[in-house]
Amino acid sequence: MMGEVKGLQPERLLEVKNLKKYFNTKKGLLHAVDDVNFFINKGETLGVVGESGCGKSTTGRVVLRLLEATDGEIIFEGKNIRDYNKSEMRNMRKEMQIVFQDPFASLNPRMSISEIISEPLIVNKVFKDKADRMKRVRELMSTVGLAERLTNAYPHELDGGRRQRIGIARALALKPKFIVQDEPVSALDVSIQAQILNLMDDLQKEFDLTYMFISHDLSVVKHVSDRIAVMYLGKIVELADYNTMFKNPQHPYTQALLSAIPVPRLDVHRDRIILEGDVPSPINPPEGCRFYGRCRYRQSNCLNVTPELKEIGPETFVACHYAGNLKPATN
Amino acid sequence: MSIDVKKRKKTGPWREVWRRLKQNKSAIFGLIVILTLIVVAIFADQIAPYGYDDQNLRARFQTPNGDHWFGTDNFGRDIFSRIIYGAQISLKVGLLAVGIALIVGGTMGAIAGFYGGRLDNGIMRFIDILLAIPSILLAISIVAALGPELRNVMIAVGVGSIPSYARIVRASVLSLRDQEFIEAARAVGASDTRLILKHIIPNSLAPLIVQSTIGVAGAILAAAGLGFIGLGIQPPLAEWGAMLNSGRQYIRDYPHMTAFPGLAIMVTIFALNLLGDGLRDALDPRLKN
Amino acid sequence: MKNKMLLEIKDLAIHYITVDGIVKAVQDMNLEIAEGETLGLVGETGAGKTTTALGIMQLVPNPPGKIISGEIIFEGENLIGKSPNELRKIRGKQISMIFQDPMTSLNPVMTVGDQIAEVVKLHENVNNAEAAEKAKQMLLKVGIPAERSKEYPHQFSGGMRQRVVIAIALACNPKLLIADEPTTALDVTIQAQVLELMKSLKTEFNTSMIMITHDLGIVAEVCDKVAIMYAGNVIEYTDKVNLFTTPKHPYTIGLFNSIPDIESDVERLNPIKGLMPDPTDLPTGCPFHPRCNKAMPICSTRVPANTEVQTGHFVKCLLFEEGVIK
Repeated sequence: MMGEVKGLQPERLLEVKNLKKYFNTKKGLLHAVDDVNFFINKGETLGVVGESGCGKSTTGRVVLRLLEATDGEIIFEGKNIRDYNKSEMRNMRKEMQIVFQDPFASLNPRMSISEIISEPLIVNKVFKDKADRMKRVRELMSTVGLAERLTNAYPHELDGGRRQRIGIARALALKPKFIVQDEPVSALDVSIQAQILNLMDDLQKEFDLTYMFISHDLSVVKHVSDRIAVMYLGKIVELADYNTMFKNPQHPYTQALLSAIPVPRLDVHRDRIILEGDVPSPINPPEGCRFYGRCRYRQSNCLNVTPELKEIGPETFVACHYAGNLKPATN
Repeated sequence: MSIDVKKRKKTGPWREVWRRLKQNKSAIFGLIVILTLIVVAIFADQIAPYGYDDQNLRARFQTPNGDHWFGTDNFGRDIFSRIIYGAQISLKVGLLAVGIALIVGGTMGAIAGFYGGRLDNGIMRFIDILLAIPSILLAISIVAALGPELRNVMIAVGVGSIPSYARIVRASVLSLRDQEFIEAARAVGASDTRLILKHIIPNSLAPLIVQSTIGVAGAILAAAGLGFIGLGIQPPLAEWGAMLNSGRQYIRDYPHMTAFPGLAIMVTIFALNLLGDGLRDALDPRLKN
Repeated sequence: MKNKMLLEIKDLAIHYITVDGIVKAVQDMNLEIAEGETLGLVGETGAGKTTTALGIMQLVPNPPGKIISGEIIFEGENLIGKSPNELRKIRGKQISMIFQDPMTSLNPVMTVGDQIAEVVKLHENVNNAEAAEKAKQMLLKVGIPAERSKEYPHQFSGGMRQRVVIAIALACNPKLLIADEPTTALDVTIQAQVLELMKSLKTEFNTSMIMITHDLGIVAEVCDKVAIMYAGNVIEYTDKVNLFTTPKHPYTIGLFNSIPDIESDVERLNPIKGLMPDPTDLPTGCPFHPRCNKAMPICSTRVPANTEVQTGHFVKCLLFEEGVIK
């Protein structure tokens, strides 16, 4: 966490403006990411939470240009990387990396551990000499806590936690400034999950990394993030400092989401808000608030007017017409 | 990490396949037969007691005996020696025809699958056209047009099996293209060529190996078929299909003339299929432990 | 007064015999479930939770699985050794099971109504019309409009499908419901809906339940008592209050420390070190000792026995065994 760097004027590493990503499907236009705005300061972790299909993973990939955005700007260190051509972008990849959710699918089963970790170094021709490259691979392996004897092992011989460490080593190989963590611990058992979370925390401090941490698990997101963005159906509905958000959630969806987490304690009793129904389809969504159908506080104009993400407190943004002033639904 | 996991044998994915294959007795039987056949083909000159066209008109139509293990044919040629030389030709045709199909079909399939869109559409429609022509008819017309010689037989048989390889490669590329490890390689800046060569091809080899093994059998059979109808390799070269054909007219009186080449074809195809099935089981990840 | 015991597991051991060696999936297991009670079975991947469930259902795949010893007493009768015919009458009727993935546990080419009706017809003496009627009632009970009984599984969302699975499981009013990670594949808000539903149906039908989960939050929510499993052993077994207020086993404590606490700020997690052991090559003595932060020399040689540290609170750890520490 970034508590220590307070006092310094935070420097923006990444800023996303009006980002959109639509997919053409047989049934119509799927609004996976729909007009999203946020920024990430240097050295901080922005958590992105939401349920499946809310567009959080797509956002992560679009920011890295692994998927091409439909519209909007992605400003990294002051430059819009959407203007970069193929070779400029390939150069850019050294700065921004990704760790994937599935440590099984994200490693090529036919490559050994050292081949996987050295791939970024080979592709970007970082070392002329093979011995130097192998030295760096060993260094990376020890950084992420992989024993040296695993150098020539293959992914299928290892457990999920170790595989995820390989994925992290690969992401670190080029000394990036920014890493998108796409559900990096969701596939792991709790005890291993905690080991990996600690590792990521250490790495962040050691290499001054900036994270975008995507997850559906709110307790994990709260633990790692400085600020959190909540997404629902392609839009950010609330973005705030983690403390503010958990103490005083403003958007009705955030409130329901927070109340739905099963807490492993007996002394805490939450009033659970059970949402009705399911998340509607992101294909050709209608005008108005996307949460309308499931909202307890909906009013008539919510159906017609799309709420914008507006600042309601210091660095606290909510996309709800009635934020701070919620009244039970009238219709 | 403080604890050591049990020391495992350092094994790559291919070694594990070999370990599983070894447990399959019929596949190993097939493999041994194929290896023997390859050795026999390579050292045909040393092994065969007679030349493939050594005629001995005084020793025509001999049934199997001590001098001629498989008997002799209507020109008094030693059938055993001819079958050994025939193995050379059959294996050459089988391997090269599959090689042609694999390279042409595989490349087409890989491009179609990886780039998709119009390119995919164009290539696949061409494949559909190839598929619409019965493969034996296609082979016959190619040989008829180019002339019956060894090289043309290979081309004819190879072209006929392009579609199946193109389809297999395309299907596996399509399923691999969206895998996360491809995305991961892209995220570190890997080029398309590297993605295809280092990531996609090594992972789509499994179904190709199976198809190729069984494909060699098909190619040998097709070449024998062409030989049988007189469009294959021309006499006096020894080719199993042509031997079957020439023995055909004597089948009532001297069945050994057809029986031995027939058996040779059968055993080879059988062995290749056993090996192919075994490889499929060994490579199938669903059976992994 | 205590409720009548519904299920008692005594000294159960289940092994899988594989080419790589013998996997002791469940060892020395002793559990009890009273009528109307919910037992949480908690553990990480490979702890033996699902094998336990399959053992109770008598569905352990054989080979490679084998019940080595023990008794599973359901309503006074040992399920081990019953004929396949007798077991068929119990499965689905007396004991039913909900699986993790609602996608694969429904038949894609049958309407959901037919799938519920099928179970009813199998176990109850009813005609087609009555079964269909019962199916509609069950759908209503799980919060799905009865007219949707003619729809196919793909027309339902994940949460709705899991409701259908629950309807099938409860259609014959079973005495025991085994739920194997029923909400793991679902989103949090949908998970909340489904848990709420399961709780209310359980009360309505007075069903006993075994809730298999890796999430201690779900345990806090729905269970009455809990068994924590590690490498095939139940290492701590007690009621929910004891578990959350005075956990004893170092593994249990480690599990609690591994979870980011949403109620307070923890700068750093304090996870259990190391990895799950290879199931074919478990450590000697206590299987947890290589990862345990309280391990003593004796832990690597002596297998801890099940010790009752206070009434109804069992721990398998040498720290609590009498005569081990002077």
